[in-house]
Amino acid sequence: MIKKMKNIGMYAFLILVTFISVFPLYWMVSASTNKSVDVSKGVLSFGSHLGENLKNLLANQDVGAALVNSFKYAILLTIVSMVICSLAGYGFEIYHDKAKDAVMGVILLAMMVPFITILVPLFQMVAKMKMLNSTLGFILPTVSTPFLIMMFRQSARSFPHNIIEAARLDGLSEIRIFFQMFIPTMKSTYAAAMTITFMNAWNSYMWPKVIMTQSKSMTMPMVVANLTEGYVTDYGMLMLAVLICTLPTALVFFILQKNFAEGITGAVK
Amino acid sequence: MSNKPRKMTLEKKHNLTGWAFLAPAIFLIAVFSFWPMIKALVLSFQTGKGTNMQMAGFTNYIRMFQDDVFIQSIKNTFFYFILQVPIMLAVALVLACILNKKDLRFKGFFRTMIFLPCTTSLVAYSIIFRSLFANNGLVNYVLVNFGILDKPYNFLTQPFAAKMVIILALLWRWTGYNMVFFLSGLQNIEYSVYEAAKIDGASAIQTFFKITVPLLKPTILLTAIMSTNGTLQLFDESINLTDGGPANASISMSHYIYNLCFKYVPNFGYAAAMSFFILLLVAVLAFIQMRVGDKRD
Repeated sequence: MIKKMKNIGMYAFLILVTFISVFPLYWMVSASTNKSVDVSKGVLSFGSHLGENLKNLLANQDVGAALVNSFKYAILLTIVSMVICSLAGYGFEIYHDKAKDAVMGVILLAMMVPFITILVPLFQMVAKMKMLNSTLGFILPTVSTPFLIMMFRQSARSFPHNIIEAARLDGLSEIRIFFQMFIPTMKSTYAAAMTITFMNAWNSYMWPKVIMTQSKSMTMPMVVANLTEGYVTDYGMLMLAVLICTLPTALVFFILQKNFAEGITGAVK
Repeated sequence: MSNKPRKMTLEKKHNLTGWAFLAPAIFLIAVFSFWPMIKALVLSFQTGKGTNMQMAGFTNYIRMFQDDVFIQSIKNTFFYFILQVPIMLAVALVLACILNKKDLRFKGFFRTMIFLPCTTSLVAYSIIFRSLFANNGLVNYVLVNFGILDKPYNFLTQPFAAKMVIILALLWRWTGYNMVFFLSGLQNIEYSVYEAAKIDGASAIQTFFKITVPLLKPTILLTAIMSTNGTLQLFDESINLTDGGPANASISMSHYIYNLCFKYVPNFGYAAAMSFFILLLVAVLAFIQMRVGDKRD
Protein backbone atom coordinates (compact mmCIF):
# COMPACT_ATOMS: atom_id res chain seq x y z
CA MET A 1 0.00 0.00 0.00
CA ILE A 2 2.77 2.43 0.99
CA LYS A 3 4.66 1.46 -2.13
CA LYS A 4 1.62 2.20 -4.24
CA MET A 5 1.22 5.63 -2.63
CA LYS A 6 4.88 6.30 -3.25
CA ASN A 7 4.52 5.33 -6.88
CA ILE A 8 1.53 7.60 -7.33
CA GLY A 9 3.50 10.44 -5.76
CA MET A 10 6.40 9.79 -8.09
CA TYR A 11 4.26 9.78 -11.23
CA ALA A 12 2.40 12.87 -10.02
CA PHE A 13 5.73 14.67 -9.60
CA LEU A 14 6.90 13.59 -13.06
CA ILE A 15 3.63 14.67 -14.63
CA LEU A 16 3.83 18.04 -12.88
CA VAL A 17 7.40 18.63 -14.08
CA THR A 18 6.43 17.51 -17.59
CA PHE A 19 3.50 19.92 -17.57
CA ILE A 20 5.71 22.82 -16.45
CA SER A 21 8.29 21.93 -19.10
CA VAL A 22 5.84 21.63 -21.95
CA PHE A 23 3.23 24.28 -21.12
CA PRO A 24 5.22 27.41 -22.13
CA LEU A 25 6.04 25.71 -25.43
CA TYR A 26 2.41 24.74 -25.98
CA TRP A 27 1.44 28.32 -25.19
CA MET A 28 3.97 29.58 -27.73
CA VAL A 29 2.45 27.39 -30.45
CA SER A 30 -1.15 28.23 -29.59
CA ALA A 31 -0.40 31.96 -29.29
CA SER A 32 1.14 31.98 -32.75
CA THR A 33 -2.26 30.98 -34.17
CA ASN A 34 -4.27 33.60 -32.27
CA LYS A 35 -4.89 37.33 -32.38
CA SER A 36 -2.85 39.35 -29.92
CA VAL A 37 -6.00 40.45 -28.06
CA ASP A 38 -7.10 36.84 -27.65
CA VAL A 39 -3.67 35.83 -26.38
CA SER A 40 -3.98 38.49 -23.66
CA LYS A 41 -7.45 37.19 -22.83
CA GLY A 42 -5.92 33.85 -21.96
CA VAL A 43 -7.18 31.90 -24.97
CA LEU A 44 -5.26 28.60 -25.01
CA SER A 45 -6.92 26.80 -27.92
CA PHE A 46 -5.66 27.02 -31.47
CA GLY A 47 -7.05 29.93 -33.48
CA SER A 48 -7.21 30.73 -37.15
CA HIS A 49 -4.96 33.77 -37.12
CA LEU A 50 -1.74 32.00 -38.15
CA GLY A 51 -1.76 33.34 -41.72
CA GLU A 52 -2.45 36.87 -40.54
CA ASN A 53 0.37 36.67 -37.98
CA LEU A 54 2.74 35.41 -40.65
CA LYS A 55 1.79 38.27 -42.98
CA ASN A 56 2.39 40.82 -40.21
CA LEU A 57 5.69 39.21 -39.29
CA LEU A 58 7.00 39.21 -42.85
CA ALA A 59 5.96 42.85 -43.26
CA ASN A 60 7.70 43.76 -40.03
CA GLN A 61 11.04 41.95 -40.30
CA ASP A 62 13.04 40.25 -43.03
CA VAL A 63 12.55 36.77 -41.58
CA GLY A 64 13.53 35.01 -44.81
CA ALA A 65 16.97 36.60 -44.91
CA ALA A 66 17.47 35.99 -41.20
CA LEU A 67 16.61 32.30 -41.60
CA VAL A 68 18.97 31.93 -44.55
CA ASN A 69 21.73 33.65 -42.56
CA SER A 70 21.18 31.58 -39.43
CA PHE A 71 21.22 28.32 -41.41
CA LYS A 72 24.30 29.38 -43.35
CA TYR A 73 26.29 30.42 -40.27
CA ALA A 74 25.23 27.45 -38.15
CA ILE A 75 25.74 24.75 -40.80
CA LEU A 76 29.14 26.03 -41.90
CA LEU A 77 30.30 26.44 -38.31
CA THR A 78 29.16 22.90 -37.48
CA ILE A 79 30.91 21.29 -40.45
CA VAL A 80 34.22 23.11 -40.03
CA SER A 81 34.10 22.63 -36.29
CA MET A 82 33.61 18.86 -36.62
CA VAL A 83 36.66 18.53 -38.85
CA ILE A 84 38.98 20.69 -36.78
CA CYS A 85 37.93 19.50 -33.31
CA SER A 86 37.74 15.80 -34.10
CA LEU A 87 41.15 15.91 -35.80
CA ALA A 88 42.54 17.53 -32.66
CA GLY A 89 40.74 15.22 -30.23
CA TYR A 90 41.97 12.19 -32.18
CA GLY A 91 45.49 13.61 -32.37
CA PHE A 92 45.65 14.35 -28.65
CA GLU A 93 44.68 10.79 -27.77
CA ILE A 94 46.30 8.61 -30.45
CA TYR A 95 49.65 10.41 -30.66
CA HIS A 96 49.74 11.53 -27.05
CA ASP A 97 53.01 12.26 -25.30
CA LYS A 98 54.06 14.61 -22.50
CA ALA A 99 54.20 17.73 -24.65
CA LYS A 100 50.77 17.16 -26.18
CA ASP A 101 49.18 16.40 -22.81
CA ALA A 102 50.59 19.67 -21.49
CA VAL A 103 49.15 21.56 -24.46
CA MET A 104 45.76 19.92 -23.81
CA GLY A 105 45.90 21.22 -20.23
CA VAL A 106 46.47 24.76 -21.48
CA ILE A 107 43.64 24.44 -24.00
CA LEU A 108 41.24 23.34 -21.26
CA LEU A 109 42.01 26.62 -19.49
CA ALA A 110 40.45 28.41 -22.47
CA MET A 111 37.16 26.75 -21.51
CA MET A 112 37.12 28.87 -18.36
CA VAL A 113 37.51 32.18 -20.20
CA PRO A 114 34.14 33.99 -20.23
CA PHE A 115 33.17 35.17 -23.70
CA ILE A 116 32.51 38.67 -22.38
CA THR A 117 36.19 38.94 -21.37
CA ILE A 118 37.44 38.53 -24.92
CA LEU A 119 34.47 40.26 -26.58
CA VAL A 120 36.03 43.69 -27.12
CA PRO A 121 39.47 42.60 -28.40
CA LEU A 122 37.77 39.98 -30.58
CA PHE A 123 35.46 42.63 -32.02
CA GLN A 124 38.43 44.90 -32.73
CA MET A 125 40.32 42.05 -34.42
CA VAL A 126 37.41 41.02 -36.60
CA ALA A 127 36.74 44.65 -37.52
CA LYS A 128 40.39 45.13 -38.47
CA MET A 129 40.32 42.01 -40.63
CA LYS A 130 37.26 43.48 -42.42
CA MET A 131 35.15 40.54 -41.36
CA LEU A 132 32.19 42.36 -39.80
CA ASN A 133 28.89 41.14 -41.28
CA SER A 134 30.58 38.07 -42.73
CA THR A 135 30.16 34.34 -42.19
CA LEU A 136 33.87 34.02 -41.49
CA GLY A 137 33.63 36.63 -38.76
CA PHE A 138 30.81 34.66 -37.17
CA ILE A 139 32.60 31.31 -37.41
CA LEU A 140 36.25 31.92 -36.55
CA PRO A 141 36.07 32.68 -32.81
CA THR A 142 33.98 29.64 -31.89
CA VAL A 143 34.99 27.06 -34.48
CA SER A 144 37.65 25.41 -32.32
CA THR A 145 36.31 24.72 -28.84
CA PRO A 146 38.04 22.96 -25.94
CA PHE A 147 34.78 21.24 -25.04
CA LEU A 148 34.49 19.46 -28.40
CA ILE A 149 38.18 18.60 -28.49
CA MET A 150 37.79 17.03 -25.05
CA MET A 151 34.71 15.13 -26.19
CA PHE A 152 36.49 13.68 -29.23
CA ARG A 153 39.59 12.88 -27.21
CA GLN A 154 37.42 10.94 -24.79
CA SER A 155 35.79 8.97 -27.59
CA ALA A 156 39.16 8.28 -29.27
CA ARG A 157 40.12 6.57 -26.01
CA SER A 158 37.67 3.76 -26.81
CA PHE A 159 38.96 3.41 -30.38
CA PRO A 160 40.91 0.12 -30.49
CA HIS A 161 44.62 0.61 -31.12
CA ASN A 162 45.03 -2.68 -32.94
CA ILE A 163 42.76 -1.40 -35.72
CA ILE A 164 45.22 1.44 -36.24
CA GLU A 165 48.17 -0.95 -36.21
CA ALA A 166 46.46 -3.27 -38.70
CA ALA A 167 45.62 -0.37 -40.98
CA ARG A 168 49.21 0.86 -40.84
CA LEU A 169 50.45 -2.56 -41.85
CA ASP A 170 48.05 -2.45 -44.76
CA GLY A 171 49.79 0.73 -45.80
CA LEU A 172 47.02 3.23 -45.03
CA SER A 173 48.31 6.73 -44.36
CA GLU A 174 47.61 8.29 -40.95
CA ILE A 175 45.07 10.77 -42.30
CA ARG A 176 43.23 8.00 -44.16
CA ILE A 177 43.05 5.93 -40.99
CA PHE A 178 41.33 8.91 -39.39
CA PHE A 179 38.85 9.42 -42.23
CA GLN A 180 38.17 5.78 -43.11
CA MET A 181 38.39 4.08 -39.72
CA PHE A 182 37.77 6.60 -36.96
CA ILE A 183 34.94 8.74 -38.37
CA PRO A 184 32.65 5.82 -39.36
CA THR A 185 32.97 4.13 -35.95
CA MET A 186 32.32 7.31 -33.97
CA LYS A 187 28.96 8.20 -35.45
CA SER A 188 27.19 8.76 -32.13
CA THR A 189 29.92 11.07 -30.85
CA TYR A 190 29.71 13.07 -34.07
CA ALA A 191 25.93 13.20 -33.79
CA ALA A 192 26.10 14.52 -30.24
CA ALA A 193 28.83 17.00 -31.12
CA MET A 194 26.90 18.19 -34.16
CA THR A 195 23.71 18.64 -32.15
CA ILE A 196 25.51 20.70 -29.50
CA THR A 197 27.45 22.79 -32.02
CA PHE A 198 24.48 23.48 -34.29
CA MET A 199 22.30 24.47 -31.34
CA ASN A 200 24.95 26.75 -29.88
CA ALA A 201 25.61 28.36 -33.24
CA TRP A 202 21.93 28.85 -34.04
CA ASN A 203 21.19 30.23 -30.59
CA SER A 204 24.26 32.43 -30.17
CA TYR A 205 23.21 35.98 -29.60
CA MET A 206 25.90 38.21 -28.11
CA TRP A 207 28.51 37.70 -30.82
CA PRO A 208 26.21 38.19 -33.86
CA LYS A 209 24.61 41.17 -32.11
CA VAL A 210 28.06 42.76 -31.95
CA ILE A 211 29.43 41.94 -35.41
CA MET A 212 26.30 41.82 -37.60
CA THR A 213 25.84 45.56 -37.88
CA GLN A 214 23.84 45.52 -41.11
CA SER A 215 20.25 44.35 -41.07
CA LYS A 216 20.83 42.04 -44.04
CA SER A 217 23.34 39.98 -42.02
CA MET A 218 21.11 39.54 -38.97
CA THR A 219 20.38 36.13 -37.45
CA MET A 220 16.99 34.74 -36.45
CA PRO A 221 17.40 35.33 -32.67
CA MET A 222 18.36 38.95 -33.41
CA VAL A 223 15.20 39.41 -35.46
CA VAL A 224 13.09 37.92 -32.68
CA ALA A 225 14.70 40.21 -30.12
CA ASN A 226 14.07 43.22 -32.37
CA LEU A 227 10.36 42.46 -32.43
CA THR A 228 9.98 43.29 -28.74
CA GLU A 229 11.12 46.86 -29.25
CA GLY A 230 8.30 49.39 -29.34
CA TYR A 231 5.41 50.04 -27.01
CA VAL A 232 2.69 47.68 -28.17
CA THR A 233 3.57 44.01 -28.52
CA ASP A 234 1.68 41.87 -31.01
CA TYR A 235 1.83 38.58 -29.10
CA GLY A 236 0.54 36.43 -31.95
CA MET A 237 3.18 37.70 -34.34
CA LEU A 238 5.90 37.62 -31.68
CA MET A 239 5.20 34.00 -30.70
CA LEU A 240 5.15 32.95 -34.35
CA ALA A 241 8.65 34.42 -34.70
CA VAL A 242 9.76 32.63 -31.52
CA LEU A 243 8.30 29.40 -32.91
CA ILE A 244 10.13 29.79 -36.23
CA CYS A 245 13.33 30.46 -34.30
CA THR A 246 12.84 27.35 -32.14
CA LEU A 247 11.78 24.80 -34.78
CA PRO A 248 15.18 24.13 -36.42
CA THR A 249 17.00 23.35 -33.15
CA ALA A 250 14.07 21.27 -31.90
CA LEU A 251 14.06 19.28 -35.15
CA VAL A 252 17.81 18.70 -35.06
CA PHE A 253 17.46 17.48 -31.49
CA PHE A 254 14.65 15.08 -32.30
CA ILE A 255 16.40 13.66 -35.35
CA LEU A 256 19.68 13.07 -33.51
CA GLN A 257 18.15 12.40 -30.08
CA LYS A 258 19.12 8.76 -29.72
CA ASN A 259 22.70 9.34 -30.80
CA PHE A 260 22.82 12.45 -28.65
CA ALA A 261 22.21 10.53 -25.42
CA GLU A 262 24.80 7.90 -26.36
CA GLY A 263 27.37 10.52 -27.30
CA ILE A 264 26.90 12.45 -24.06
CA THR A 265 27.25 9.24 -22.05
CA GLY A 266 30.53 8.56 -23.80
CA ALA A 267 31.75 12.07 -23.06
CA VAL A 268 30.91 12.00 -19.36
CA LYS A 269 32.57 8.63 -18.80
CA MET B 1 64.83 18.89 -37.86
CA SER B 2 67.91 18.40 -40.03
CA ASN B 3 66.90 14.83 -40.82
CA LYS B 4 65.38 14.25 -44.21
CA PRO B 5 61.83 12.81 -43.95
CA ARG B 6 62.87 9.43 -45.28
CA LYS B 7 65.50 9.12 -42.56
CA MET B 8 62.99 9.79 -39.78
CA THR B 9 62.17 7.02 -37.37
CA LEU B 10 58.58 5.85 -37.32
CA GLU B 11 58.08 7.29 -33.87
CA LYS B 12 59.26 10.73 -34.91
CA LYS B 13 57.06 10.60 -37.95
CA HIS B 14 54.01 9.78 -35.87
CA ASN B 15 54.90 12.52 -33.44
CA LEU B 16 54.95 15.08 -36.25
CA THR B 17 51.74 13.70 -37.74
CA GLY B 18 50.18 14.14 -34.33
CA TRP B 19 51.16 17.82 -34.22
CA ALA B 20 49.76 18.27 -37.71
CA PHE B 21 46.40 16.90 -36.50
CA LEU B 22 46.41 19.40 -33.64
CA ALA B 23 47.76 22.42 -35.47
CA PRO B 24 44.53 23.99 -36.80
CA ALA B 25 42.70 23.67 -33.48
CA ILE B 26 45.61 24.99 -31.41
CA PHE B 27 46.19 27.87 -33.81
CA LEU B 28 42.54 28.96 -33.70
CA ILE B 29 42.30 28.75 -29.91
CA ALA B 30 45.54 30.67 -29.51
CA VAL B 31 44.47 33.44 -31.90
CA PHE B 32 40.80 33.71 -30.94
CA SER B 33 40.89 32.94 -27.21
CA PHE B 34 44.30 33.49 -25.64
CA TRP B 35 45.47 36.43 -27.71
CA PRO B 36 42.27 38.46 -27.10
CA MET B 37 42.56 37.59 -23.42
CA ILE B 38 46.04 39.11 -23.25
CA LYS B 39 44.80 42.13 -25.18
CA ALA B 40 41.88 42.49 -22.77
CA LEU B 41 44.30 42.44 -19.85
CA VAL B 42 46.38 45.22 -21.42
CA LEU B 43 43.22 47.15 -22.30
CA SER B 44 42.01 46.95 -18.70
CA PHE B 45 44.93 49.17 -17.63
CA GLN B 46 44.19 51.81 -20.25
CA THR B 47 41.72 54.65 -20.60
CA GLY B 48 40.71 56.70 -23.63
CA LYS B 49 38.54 56.53 -26.70
CA GLY B 50 39.11 54.62 -29.92
CA THR B 51 42.76 54.36 -30.91
CA ASN B 52 43.80 57.10 -28.50
CA MET B 53 44.48 54.96 -25.44
CA GLN B 54 46.81 55.74 -22.55
CA MET B 55 48.10 53.65 -19.70
CA ALA B 56 46.20 54.44 -16.54
CA GLY B 57 47.37 51.92 -13.98
CA PHE B 58 44.66 50.56 -11.73
CA THR B 59 42.25 53.46 -12.33
CA ASN B 60 39.67 51.25 -14.03
CA TYR B 61 39.82 48.64 -11.32
CA ILE B 62 39.38 51.26 -8.58
CA ARG B 63 36.60 53.01 -10.47
CA MET B 64 34.49 49.90 -10.97
CA PHE B 65 34.07 49.31 -7.25
CA GLN B 66 32.70 52.84 -6.91
CA ASP B 67 30.27 52.23 -9.76
CA ASP B 68 26.80 51.67 -8.27
CA VAL B 69 25.46 49.90 -11.36
CA PHE B 70 28.40 47.50 -11.41
CA ILE B 71 27.96 46.74 -7.69
CA GLN B 72 24.26 46.18 -8.37
CA SER B 73 25.09 43.83 -11.25
CA ILE B 74 27.44 41.80 -9.02
CA LYS B 75 24.73 41.56 -6.36
CA ASN B 76 22.17 40.48 -8.96
CA THR B 77 24.45 37.86 -10.45
CA PHE B 78 25.13 36.36 -7.03
CA PHE B 79 21.44 36.46 -6.20
CA TYR B 80 20.73 34.41 -9.34
CA PHE B 81 23.65 32.12 -8.67
CA ILE B 82 22.90 31.36 -5.01
CA LEU B 83 19.19 30.76 -5.50
CA GLN B 84 19.11 29.13 -8.89
CA VAL B 85 22.08 26.75 -9.10
CA PRO B 86 21.40 24.68 -5.93
CA ILE B 87 17.65 24.38 -6.60
CA MET B 88 18.26 23.43 -10.22
CA LEU B 89 20.90 20.81 -9.46
CA ALA B 90 18.82 19.29 -6.64
CA VAL B 91 15.69 19.01 -8.79
CA ALA B 92 17.71 17.68 -11.73
CA LEU B 93 19.31 15.04 -9.51
CA VAL B 94 15.98 13.91 -8.05
CA LEU B 95 14.46 13.71 -11.53
CA ALA B 96 17.42 11.71 -12.82
CA CYS B 97 17.12 9.25 -9.93
CA ILE B 98 13.41 8.74 -10.58
CA LEU B 99 13.96 8.31 -14.32
CA ASN B 100 16.73 5.82 -13.63
CA LYS B 101 14.37 3.45 -11.80
CA LYS B 102 14.14 0.10 -13.55
CA ASP B 103 10.39 -0.37 -13.27
CA LEU B 104 9.36 3.14 -14.30
CA ARG B 105 6.95 3.37 -17.22
CA PHE B 106 7.05 5.93 -20.04
CA LYS B 107 10.70 6.65 -19.19
CA GLY B 108 11.60 7.86 -22.67
CA PHE B 109 8.55 10.07 -22.86
CA PHE B 110 9.23 11.82 -19.55
CA ARG B 111 12.91 12.23 -20.36
CA THR B 112 12.23 13.82 -23.73
CA MET B 113 9.52 16.13 -22.40
CA ILE B 114 11.67 17.35 -19.51
CA PHE B 115 14.59 17.96 -21.86
CA LEU B 116 12.38 19.82 -24.33
CA PRO B 117 12.96 23.34 -22.89
CA CYS B 118 16.66 22.98 -23.75
CA THR B 119 15.88 23.00 -27.44
CA THR B 120 14.68 26.61 -27.30
CA SER B 121 17.16 29.40 -27.90
CA LEU B 122 18.01 31.70 -25.00
CA VAL B 123 16.43 34.63 -26.79
CA ALA B 124 13.29 32.62 -27.58
CA TYR B 125 12.60 31.41 -24.05
CA SER B 126 13.42 34.81 -22.57
CA ILE B 127 10.72 36.28 -24.78
CA ILE B 128 8.24 33.51 -23.95
CA PHE B 129 8.69 34.23 -20.23
CA ARG B 130 8.59 37.96 -20.77
CA SER B 131 5.25 37.55 -22.55
CA LEU B 132 3.85 35.13 -19.95
CA PHE B 133 4.68 37.51 -17.09
CA ALA B 134 3.78 40.74 -18.91
CA ASN B 135 1.15 43.05 -17.46
CA ASN B 136 -1.39 41.65 -19.92
CA GLY B 137 0.23 38.23 -20.00
CA LEU B 138 -1.21 34.82 -19.18
CA VAL B 139 0.06 34.63 -15.59
CA ASN B 140 -1.69 37.85 -14.64
CA TYR B 141 -4.81 36.77 -16.50
CA VAL B 142 -4.98 33.55 -14.48
CA LEU B 143 -4.18 35.24 -11.15
CA VAL B 144 -6.84 37.92 -11.65
CA ASN B 145 -9.49 35.49 -12.90
CA PHE B 146 -9.01 33.13 -9.99
CA GLY B 147 -9.39 36.09 -7.65
CA ILE B 148 -5.86 35.83 -6.28
CA LEU B 149 -5.08 39.39 -7.42
CA ASP B 150 -7.43 42.36 -7.79
CA LYS B 151 -5.58 43.81 -10.72
CA PRO B 152 -2.61 42.70 -12.85
CA TYR B 153 0.73 42.79 -11.04
CA ASN B 154 3.52 44.12 -13.19
CA PHE B 155 6.19 41.52 -12.43
CA LEU B 156 8.78 42.95 -14.77
CA THR B 157 8.75 46.46 -13.29
CA GLN B 158 9.22 45.37 -9.66
CA PRO B 159 12.89 44.85 -8.70
CA PHE B 160 12.37 41.67 -6.67
CA ALA B 161 9.71 40.11 -8.90
CA ALA B 162 11.75 40.78 -12.05
CA LYS B 163 14.69 38.90 -10.58
CA MET B 164 12.46 36.02 -9.53
CA VAL B 165 11.06 35.74 -13.06
CA ILE B 166 14.61 35.45 -14.39
CA ILE B 167 15.33 32.70 -11.86
CA LEU B 168 12.13 30.85 -12.80
CA ALA B 169 13.04 31.10 -16.46
CA LEU B 170 16.56 29.81 -15.82
CA LEU B 171 15.20 26.88 -13.82
CA TRP B 172 12.80 26.05 -16.62
CA ARG B 173 15.46 26.14 -19.31
CA TRP B 174 18.36 24.35 -17.63
CA THR B 175 16.98 21.71 -15.21
CA GLY B 176 16.43 19.14 -17.95
CA TYR B 177 19.86 19.84 -19.39
CA ASN B 178 21.58 18.99 -16.11
CA MET B 179 19.29 16.01 -15.65
CA VAL B 180 20.74 14.44 -18.80
CA PHE B 181 24.25 14.64 -17.36
CA PHE B 182 23.08 13.05 -14.10
CA LEU B 183 21.25 10.32 -16.00
CA SER B 184 24.36 9.34 -17.90
CA GLY B 185 26.36 9.48 -14.67
CA LEU B 186 23.85 7.17 -12.98
CA GLN B 187 24.21 4.63 -15.77
CA ASN B 188 27.79 4.09 -14.68
CA ILE B 189 26.70 3.00 -11.20
CA GLU B 190 26.21 -0.75 -10.96
CA TYR B 191 22.64 -1.72 -10.17
CA SER B 192 23.88 -4.41 -7.76
CA VAL B 193 25.08 -1.67 -5.40
CA TYR B 194 21.48 -0.55 -4.97
CA GLU B 195 20.25 -4.09 -4.56
CA ALA B 196 22.81 -4.73 -1.82
CA ALA B 197 21.67 -1.56 -0.05
CA LYS B 198 18.07 -2.71 -0.28
CA ILE B 199 18.92 -6.08 1.25
CA ASP B 200 20.73 -4.29 4.06
CA GLY B 201 17.51 -2.42 4.74
CA ALA B 202 18.63 1.06 3.66
CA SER B 203 15.80 3.56 3.13
CA ALA B 204 15.41 5.44 -0.14
CA ILE B 205 16.75 8.62 1.47
CA GLN B 206 19.76 6.81 2.93
CA THR B 207 20.50 5.22 -0.45
CA PHE B 208 20.30 8.64 -2.10
CA PHE B 209 22.72 10.38 0.28
CA LYS B 210 25.04 7.45 1.02
CA ILE B 211 25.32 5.90 -2.45
CA THR B 212 23.99 8.07 -5.26
CA VAL B 213 25.44 11.43 -4.22
CA PRO B 214 28.99 10.20 -3.40
CA LEU B 215 29.21 8.08 -6.56
CA LEU B 216 27.91 10.90 -8.73
CA LYS B 217 30.35 13.43 -7.29
CA PRO B 218 32.35 13.94 -10.51
CA THR B 219 29.14 14.64 -12.46
CA ILE B 220 27.80 16.93 -9.74
CA LEU B 221 31.09 18.83 -9.81
CA LEU B 222 30.96 19.12 -13.60
CA THR B 223 27.38 20.41 -13.64
CA ALA B 224 28.08 22.78 -10.73
CA ILE B 225 31.04 24.32 -12.53
CA MET B 226 29.14 24.58 -15.82
CA SER B 227 26.14 26.21 -14.14
CA THR B 228 28.32 28.63 -12.16
CA ASN B 229 30.11 29.59 -15.33
CA GLY B 230 26.82 30.08 -17.14
CA THR B 231 25.19 32.14 -14.40
CA LEU B 232 28.19 34.45 -14.05
CA GLN B 233 28.03 35.08 -17.80
CA LEU B 234 24.26 35.60 -17.91
CA PHE B 235 23.42 37.90 -20.80
CA ASP B 236 20.59 36.90 -23.15
CA GLU B 237 18.03 36.62 -20.35
CA SER B 238 18.97 39.89 -18.73
CA ILE B 239 18.74 41.77 -22.02
CA ASN B 240 15.62 40.11 -23.47
CA LEU B 241 13.54 39.25 -20.42
CA THR B 242 13.81 42.38 -18.30
CA ASP B 243 16.26 44.54 -20.29
CA GLY B 244 18.11 44.83 -16.98
CA GLY B 245 15.20 46.77 -15.56
CA PRO B 246 13.56 48.26 -13.69
CA ALA B 247 16.37 50.83 -13.47
CA ASN B 248 19.17 48.22 -13.59
CA ALA B 249 17.61 46.24 -10.71
CA SER B 250 18.01 42.94 -12.56
CA ILE B 251 20.98 43.70 -14.83
CA SER B 252 23.69 41.03 -15.08
CA MET B 253 27.42 41.77 -15.17
CA SER B 254 27.83 40.78 -18.82
CA HIS B 255 24.84 42.91 -19.77
CA TYR B 256 26.31 45.99 -18.08
CA ILE B 257 29.69 45.43 -19.75
CA TYR B 258 27.95 45.07 -23.10
CA ASN B 259 26.10 48.34 -22.52
CA LEU B 260 29.37 50.09 -21.68
CA CYS B 261 30.96 48.89 -24.92
CA PHE B 262 28.19 49.04 -27.48
CA LYS B 263 25.25 51.01 -26.11
CA TYR B 264 26.69 54.01 -24.28
CA VAL B 265 29.78 55.97 -25.35
CA PRO B 266 32.31 53.15 -25.74
CA ASN B 267 34.69 52.78 -22.83
CA PHE B 268 36.64 49.67 -23.74
CA GLY B 269 39.32 49.97 -21.07
CA TYR B 270 36.83 50.24 -18.24
CA ALA B 271 34.74 47.39 -19.66
CA ALA B 272 37.83 45.19 -20.02
CA ALA B 273 38.68 45.71 -16.34
CA MET B 274 35.18 44.57 -15.35
CA SER B 275 35.33 41.57 -17.66
CA PHE B 276 38.59 40.53 -16.05
CA PHE B 277 36.87 40.68 -12.72
CA ILE B 278 34.34 38.13 -14.06
CA LEU B 279 37.19 35.92 -15.28
CA LEU B 280 38.64 36.05 -11.78
CA LEU B 281 35.28 35.18 -10.21
CA VAL B 282 34.81 32.20 -12.55
CA ALA B 283 38.31 30.93 -11.72
CA VAL B 284 37.94 31.40 -7.95
CA LEU B 285 34.50 29.76 -7.78
CA ALA B 286 35.63 26.82 -9.92
CA PHE B 287 38.66 26.42 -7.65
CA ILE B 288 36.49 26.46 -4.49
CA GLN B 289 34.10 23.92 -5.99
CA MET B 290 36.94 21.59 -6.91
CA ARG B 291 38.37 21.88 -3.38
CA VAL B 292 34.98 21.18 -1.80
CA GLY B 293 34.43 18.34 -4.26
CA ASP B 294 37.75 16.75 -3.34
CA LYS B 295 37.29 16.98 0.39
CA ARG B 296 34.43 14.53 0.69
CA ASP B 297 36.59 11.63 -0.41
